[in-house]
Amino acid sequence: MARMSMIQAINSALDVMMDRDPDVVILGEDVGYFGGVFRVTAGLQAKYGKERCFDTPITECGIIGAAIGMAAYGLRPVPEIQFADYVYPGLDQIVSEAARLRHRSAGDFQCPLVIRIPFGGGIFGGQTHSQSPEALFTHVAGIKTVVPSNPRDAKGLLISAIEDNDPVIFFEPKRCYNGPFDGYYDRPAKTWADHPDGDVDEGHFQIPLGKARLVTEGSEMTVLAYGTMVHVAQQVLTEHGIEADLIDLRTLVPLDIETIEKSVKKTGRCAIVHEATRTSGFGAELAALVQERCFYHLEAPIERVTGFDTPYPHSLEWSYFPGPIRIGEALERLAGAEA
Amino acid sequence: MTGKQPGSNRPKLSLHVPEPPFRPGDEVDYSWLEVPEPDAIPRPDENADPASIRDLAYGLIRVLDFEDRAVGSWNPNLDPDTLLAMLRKMALLRAFDERMHRQQRQGKTSFYVKSTGEEAIAIAQTFALDRADMCFPSYRQPGILFARDYPMVEMINQIFSNAADPLKGRQLPIMYSAKDYGFFSISGNLATQYPQAVGWAMASASKGDDRIAAVWCGEGSTSEGDFHNGLTFGAVYNAPCVFNVVNNQYAISSYSGFAGSERTTFAARGIGYGIPALRVDGNDAPAVFSATRWAADRARANLGPTLIELFTYRADAHSTSDDPAAYRSAQERSEWPLGDPITRLKRHCIALGVWDMERQAAMDLEVAEEVLAAQKEAEKNGILGHGLHQPDVTMFQDVYEHMPWHLREQSEQAARERAHKWPE
Repeated sequence: MARMSMIQAINSALDVMMDRDPDVVILGEDVGYFGGVFRVTAGLQAKYGKERCFDTPITECGIIGAAIGMAAYGLRPVPEIQFADYVYPGLDQIVSEAARLRHRSAGDFQCPLVIRIPFGGGIFGGQTHSQSPEALFTHVAGIKTVVPSNPRDAKGLLISAIEDNDPVIFFEPKRCYNGPFDGYYDRPAKTWADHPDGDVDEGHFQIPLGKARLVTEGSEMTVLAYGTMVHVAQQVLTEHGIEADLIDLRTLVPLDIETIEKSVKKTGRCAIVHEATRTSGFGAELAALVQERCFYHLEAPIERVTGFDTPYPHSLEWSYFPGPIRIGEALERLAGAEA
Repeated sequence: MTGKQPGSNRPKLSLHVPEPPFRPGDEVDYSWLEVPEPDAIPRPDENADPASIRDLAYGLIRVLDFEDRAVGSWNPNLDPDTLLAMLRKMALLRAFDERMHRQQRQGKTSFYVKSTGEEAIAIAQTFALDRADMCFPSYRQPGILFARDYPMVEMINQIFSNAADPLKGRQLPIMYSAKDYGFFSISGNLATQYPQAVGWAMASASKGDDRIAAVWCGEGSTSEGDFHNGLTFGAVYNAPCVFNVVNNQYAISSYSGFAGSERTTFAARGIGYGIPALRVDGNDAPAVFSATRWAADRARANLGPTLIELFTYRADAHSTSDDPAAYRSAQERSEWPLGDPITRLKRHCIALGVWDMERQAAMDLEVAEEVLAAQKEAEKNGILGHGLHQPDVTMFQDVYEHMPWHLREQSEQAARERAHKWPE
């Protein structure tokens, strides 16, 4: 075991997989010699050579299109898109090509591809370095969408994603790269050094896709969250003294519906927290699923806490972010609602 | 309402919208089209510096002259067996197209696309590639499958979307996939295969393989970003890939001017990328073969990609859903100066003394019989919409390698609906 930040844990997952499987290759803007703008691929080119970890032209369509061709050849490419906000030029290659290749060719071709994408705000990135576009991908048949919240999960989930034969979108909450973020931007930043999930096995291990994690257990309510919002929600629950099942979804598609259903049937109350914009966000899907499956167990309306339906503002970043006040208000409403 | 300043003496700006030379009913006159002599630009060595051969992007590589002889430095000197094998494949494809078009008109399938007038391209090009090279086609290159002896019955099963369709009824007719034949799954979205082919070629190069990739799109889809992204990637990584642009002058109803042909050739797109660019008469099978072999040899020698523009004319409709009489002159096809690829190759073989009209007539009957036999065989497995199609559950398979719970639930719904619609 070693202490790792999420950056180090993802780097370790890539290292382990490149070492085990010569077909694993990394490509993306600045990922080679420099090691990526977030340093996630640092040292990998020096260790595995330029043919297995290399820089690319600035074309997300080209990066993902070429990765699809590499996957069709038999490689397992792990392209990096520098920021989630830049993925859109590659969207057609993801939606119309990678996602459908197995289906449209009836299994003649497959596309084992993991697209790593740092996402989310809280770093003063303005509207082009802060977005959370996960719902664009969960809406597409044929791709899996994974969002880790801590170093250990990031490594185990990434290894599973690379070993998976389907295309996976792997969203990395960049606000948590160096430490868990509890929503208080005005307090000293925490690191992973003293967080239990910063303890990461140095070797090969898997955390299966499609399995959620029960972070805390309690009978008052169920809180569904992923990525950065797991930590913010946990902080708010502690502050308000609410005993809740806090579920870190880890994979959005395929979703661990069993864990969600079991918990909501137990607690009778459910809140959903995500940073992405509200309308047609993944929270809408979660709310629909919960009411379809747990309606007769619900004692209060489902609460949805999200970012606002605006572009991510630069100077008003912390007004946009669904922080402790917005979440606290919703959880109090949920806890206090008459059955 | 304009923003023009009062009193401005600057000229008024005007918007240019391209207009094709001929519209329905127009007399067609191709005298403006320059058709150079076969050896106008001699064949350079395969390892030529791209900067030294830029004129090839603006010329037209030809081998067959107007007396049906193969002449000049681009003449690949193909032996009679190869020429006749190409001729037969081209005739077979044309017979297949005629019959499949009629099947669509008879309601046995929803859609069909013919290769009429473009048969030399995919077929002569595939003859110039190795069998193991990987092809990333657009929708008008079934000639690749014909050249590689893919079973016609399987193609028709796919066209009919029937119970034996290798693609399980999931894809629009003619969007074949045949990995074992080096034929990538056709998308239907345009030019997406360009960066994919480069990625495949990069993988082949990084593994020290000796296979190259070839990719096709139409002149219309060179406007897509994917085309340019593919060329950028190909140039940056010196990928062993042959880029082909089939310039048949039409993107459905929009003539090539809407893709930029008023200003320059499509081959010239390669020059900005430092990629060697060839422009070839797409209706001249030996010339198509020769240019493709030049590019393939170059790629195989680690000299990187080549862009080939195959200049031709879409002699028929875009697809069964199109009516070209509504937008272009009917005379275009008959007046097209570069003729018909099958007629030209046939005349060349006759001029060589290895072929004659009787054998041609007999071959035409044979290929028609072959197609009919394949169709009858395929029809035993059903036609679109009339029983014998795939079970509903197959729609849910292969979305993922393993079916997740939400698709399992949805497939149960589909099964209930089916039982309701067709109670046994």
